[in-house]
Amino acid sequence: MASTQEIQAGLGEILEEVAGVAPADATPEKSFTDDLDVDSLSMVEIATAVEDKFGVAIPDDQLANIKTVGDAISFIESNQG
Amino acid sequence: MSAPTSDVVVTGLGATTPLGGDVASTWEALLAGRSGVSRITDDWVKEFPAQLVARLASDPTEQIDRVRARRLDRSQQVAVIAAEQAWKESGAADAGVAPERIAVVFGTGIGGALTLLGQDDVLEEKGPKRVSPFTIPMLMPNGPAAAVGLAIGAKGGVHAPVSACASGAEAIRWGLDLLRFDRADVVLVGGAEACVHPLPMAGFAAMRAMSTRNDEPERASRPFDKGRDGFVLGEGAAALVLERADSAAARGARVHARLAGAGATADGYDLVAPHPEGEGAGRAITAALRDAGLSASDIGHVNAHATSTPVGDTAEASAIRNSLGEHVLVSATKSQTGHLLGAAGALESVFAILALREQVVPATANLDDPDDDAAVQALDIVRSEPRKATLRAAVNDSFGFGGHNIALVFTTA
Repeated sequence: MASTQEIQAGLGEILEEVAGVAPADATPEKSFTDDLDVDSLSMVEIATAVEDKFGVAIPDDQLANIKTVGDAISFIESNQG
Repeated sequence: MSAPTSDVVVTGLGATTPLGGDVASTWEALLAGRSGVSRITDDWVKEFPAQLVARLASDPTEQIDRVRARRLDRSQQVAVIAAEQAWKESGAADAGVAPERIAVVFGTGIGGALTLLGQDDVLEEKGPKRVSPFTIPMLMPNGPAAAVGLAIGAKGGVHAPVSACASGAEAIRWGLDLLRFDRADVVLVGGAEACVHPLPMAGFAAMRAMSTRNDEPERASRPFDKGRDGFVLGEGAAALVLERADSAAARGARVHARLAGAGATADGYDLVAPHPEGEGAGRAITAALRDAGLSASDIGHVNAHATSTPVGDTAEASAIRNSLGEHVLVSATKSQTGHLLGAAGALESVFAILALREQVVPATANLDDPDDDAAVQALDIVRSEPRKATLRAAVNDSFGFGGHNIALVFTTA
């Protein structure tokens, strides 16, 4: 089980790799589309990377509800094995 | 519809090639006689009859931001690099042209083969859920054109001619038409190719189209030479900025050359084999001359398609001789660059333009013993070293599997 802090750090690594987001910018209140310029195809890549890193699959209908970095952290936290 | 009489000029050039990462370094290497061809050393090549390749001199991922690069197929990366060079050089971005009046025509022969084949590996190994969401936009043949359109902010239409190894030249012809018919004020045209991968290599080799002179990479591409045995696959891109002469003059743009005319024909003969006497190729050259309002005697130089295949080079020699005569100086620059497929016509147009601008004709490397073919013997193919010449007009011709023939006529600025 990863801690909230570990999840935020891991998600930050993914965001940097996939979308070039600086780690310092990947804070919970940030909106993927409005603040971080992450488009829908990149969200698909992020979901795949999240599954690899945390073992948490994000179904498509759930992915649409993940608007902020904080939303993603909460989803991973509450669904990790 | 306005009459197609407007003069069209070339105001920007860009390229990334096996000879250099830009136009200046490519041209310098070309005139210096350097070769871009090397032997592949990867394990996969061991069973391949043809093991040669003309790789990019400059890694595209070092010229493009990492996050941007990972969403672009290599063919799109080189397209964007060449296009941005040409765009910057032209100064068109600062000229206040409305995005709705900027168009792009960018061709490719194969398209995003590296993405297609790479993602097929992912599919086989990891399953459909692991296939990248960028697979389709990276493999589609309009991918290079679309990436270029986004890069320069073109909203006046983005087009992608696909005519195999004539694609790059065909893009230039479309660009000419767009300007003549006033469908745009500035058109960025070019071609891109990056498909060095076992499958295309195996496919071309199965056609017996590639050189197997594996022990002498730099000597392998030898257009018009008796010992030629096929082409060498190259990768890269070239781009040109076209605009009408009056508007280019009004903004004080530097003009490299005029794009005076174009001709397009089809062989109607065979899906891959060229007509033995280059009938369709010759008609394309004649059509381009007529379009330019010039006669054969006006043409001083031909940058030939000349891929170094046994049948292609002699067919083209006949076409040049029949359409232009024996006075023209001929260069076959694939002897040094390899064959860039869908980028070839754009790169060789850049060479034809630079030859006009600099009044020097590049040499054909490796032409030690010209073919016995009567037309090859009759032509003045420049070899050994570049030749200074007084040039007013030049032809670039390109041909593609499918029987596509494009000829372009450039004149001095």
